[in-house]
Amino acid sequence: MAYVPLADQDNEADLHHPHSWVTKYVWSQDHKVIAIQYGGTAILVGIAALMLSLLMRMQLGFPETFDLIDPNAYYQSVTMHGMIMVVYMLTALLLGGFGNYMVPLMIGARDMVFPFLNMLSFWFYLASVLILMASFLVGGGPTGAGWTLYPPQATLAGTPGHDMGIILMLMSLAVFVVAFTMGGLNYVTTILQNRARGMTLMRMPLTVWGIFVATVLGLFAFPALLVSVIMMTFDTLLGTSFFMPAIIESGTALDHNGGSPVLFQHLFWFFGHPEVYIVALPAFGLVSDVLSTHARKNIFGYRMMVWAIIAIGGLSFIVWAHHMYVSGMNPYFGFFFATTTLIIAVPTALKVYNWVLTLWEGDIRLNAPMYFAIGFIFTFIHGGLTGLFLGNVVIDLPLSDTYFVVAHFHMVMGVSPVLVIFASLYHWYPKMSGRMYHEGLAKLHFWITFLGTYAIYLPMHYLGFLGVPRRYYALGQTDFIPESAQDLNAGITIAALIVGSAQILFFINILWSLRNGKKAESNPWGAASLEWQTPDTPPIHGNWGKELPTVYRWAYDYSVPGAKEDFIPQNMADADVEMESKSD
Amino acid sequence: MSLFKQITDKPWERTGIIGGLRAEGTFSAPPEKVALVFFLVAASIVFSLFGVSYVIRMELPDWVPVSEPSQLWFNTALLVVSSFLFQRSKAAVSAGKKSVKSTFAAGGIFAILFIAAQMVTWQNLQAQGLFMTSNPANSFYYLLTGLHALHILGGLWVWSKSLLRLLSGAKPEELRLSIELCTVYWHFLLIVWIAVFAVLSNT
Repeated sequence: MAYVPLADQDNEADLHHPHSWVTKYVWSQDHKVIAIQYGGTAILVGIAALMLSLLMRMQLGFPETFDLIDPNAYYQSVTMHGMIMVVYMLTALLLGGFGNYMVPLMIGARDMVFPFLNMLSFWFYLASVLILMASFLVGGGPTGAGWTLYPPQATLAGTPGHDMGIILMLMSLAVFVVAFTMGGLNYVTTILQNRARGMTLMRMPLTVWGIFVATVLGLFAFPALLVSVIMMTFDTLLGTSFFMPAIIESGTALDHNGGSPVLFQHLFWFFGHPEVYIVALPAFGLVSDVLSTHARKNIFGYRMMVWAIIAIGGLSFIVWAHHMYVSGMNPYFGFFFATTTLIIAVPTALKVYNWVLTLWEGDIRLNAPMYFAIGFIFTFIHGGLTGLFLGNVVIDLPLSDTYFVVAHFHMVMGVSPVLVIFASLYHWYPKMSGRMYHEGLAKLHFWITFLGTYAIYLPMHYLGFLGVPRRYYALGQTDFIPESAQDLNAGITIAALIVGSAQILFFINILWSLRNGKKAESNPWGAASLEWQTPDTPPIHGNWGKELPTVYRWAYDYSVPGAKEDFIPQNMADADVEMESKSD
Repeated sequence: MSLFKQITDKPWERTGIIGGLRAEGTFSAPPEKVALVFFLVAASIVFSLFGVSYVIRMELPDWVPVSEPSQLWFNTALLVVSSFLFQRSKAAVSAGKKSVKSTFAAGGIFAILFIAAQMVTWQNLQAQGLFMTSNPANSFYYLLTGLHALHILGGLWVWSKSLLRLLSGAKPEELRLSIELCTVYWHFLLIVWIAVFAVLSNT
């Protein structure tokens, strides 16, 4: 059997064209529909997790006034908020949502290479979400072990949800890993094998690079989560002692003996740190494309950007123990992990410089996506700089259990990816829906969100310096924390409530525009990458009509000297480019 | 173009079509094979992390060394035969032979025998009073052998689908890719089994 490249086996008749409403929108194998299913589910659980955070904030800001949650419910909210946001919202939205939508369109393919597997991936993801949500309904409620689920406390009486809650959480994570693996194999294979003619690896938009490397990270890091989940389930259900040490629970010695809780931490963070970049790298890619398009300038240092993505991906596997400085470790290990952590700042800073240099002397169009993208540069620099503090063992030890850490990780992997997600949703909304969103409402949404998140997280750094501990239900009377800390806490809560409710603007905007928005042209931003060159807007099943596109250039030919238009689409040959006439 | 050359290319310097008249994948292999390789890497990470956990757990004071049952050598032989038969059926398809049914079927049957033998070994252990919770070495034994058996079951599912197509009259060439991928997967599982066996024997 002679090898025939995949994109060449192009035969539109082979696509599984849907025949009914159900196969078109429910059991769909079209990557765009799956992307919207993935994204929609992720946004819904994200809203649930946002609600939980608002409950926590009301408790923290006004402990005397509101009596909405008791300490147990507080810990359950912390846990579920963290786990949902990191895994079920950000990972699913960026890779399941944007990964599915963008990859085939940007590389000029008709669909993913395994559409059926792609569909299964979504349904497994939905199952994992439902299992997780079911834990709200069982006796004892969801687990309150903290999103890191450290044993032994996660399974001991005293921790809320130590019976059913934790089991459902572990089951749900296992199913999620299966779902991710099915989706991930699809993205990787599609990007490697199914690119259009002329689309070399270095002609791919950075979005595709970010998604590609993040997916590889996921395929190699989620196994660690699976391994720790399996062993913890065995400890909990079957009474083995992988992680559980000899321990006394409410006066009775348990059967466990000799297990190592620190082993769990190593396995968890061997997944947990790459997970940060599984979320960050797609966001880096998306924001690069938004910035370049709206600055009408090619991305600065494209090769460096690609290599930085690869370098960050590689380094992310050798920094995990910086999450465990307080667990205690050999000082040489601490030295090693602090060093690798600081080294990872080099490619990351390189990316930030390149984003800023992309803006430099660009013909910047301040559209709403550009607002969010520039906002991201601010919040990411902020979160990144505090990471340099926390990467050092001696600074991390006193700060680790304070609000400084909460502020750091929310800035760097909460607010920053979310700003990119909004930037991207607004940027690609015209392509996805065929309508324009309301510009003014989007900008209002930006300002409230951007300034509001600063109002929330900037003061948290000060609380952290004061030594205000995180994970506490209420501060109570403490000598070292001044009374005024509580005022700051109340202020943070008010800001959080405002930012939380302002997200309604986003939903009003996209839902209203779906019917009433101005009809979008096929390429309203004048973008050069392939997804804007589809014959139909929104792209129909099969994406490209009769013939697949041929790629003649990279994705960033903006403001090319001599060309009449300020962008040249990737699928336009040199001969077809209109040049300015010399006589002008 | 080598992978290194591809990612050091300066894309802004050159316009026009790069490559031939056809679209090119990064690897000249069918997508199923590329996906399988990535899956195998992910699966080997799962097994290696269990291996690392085993070694770390072994250092802890409550570890009781347990010698592995000698039946495992017999079981290993079954899996080696299974892998060998898959290799034979792959070679037969490549050579264009018509009769792959029996070798391909026998390969899977030996894998089933391997799982059955593993279960017998489990029962013997339990008869000796060595249960999952008896000591950490036994916990790892059941966990790792069980996980390995699950992977074989997954492979057997694909194998049974291909076998059914062969039995219902499909030509071997049509199933060439399935047979090849099954063979790769079986060799992988044999290597994993040998590694698991080695780790478990290290008490």
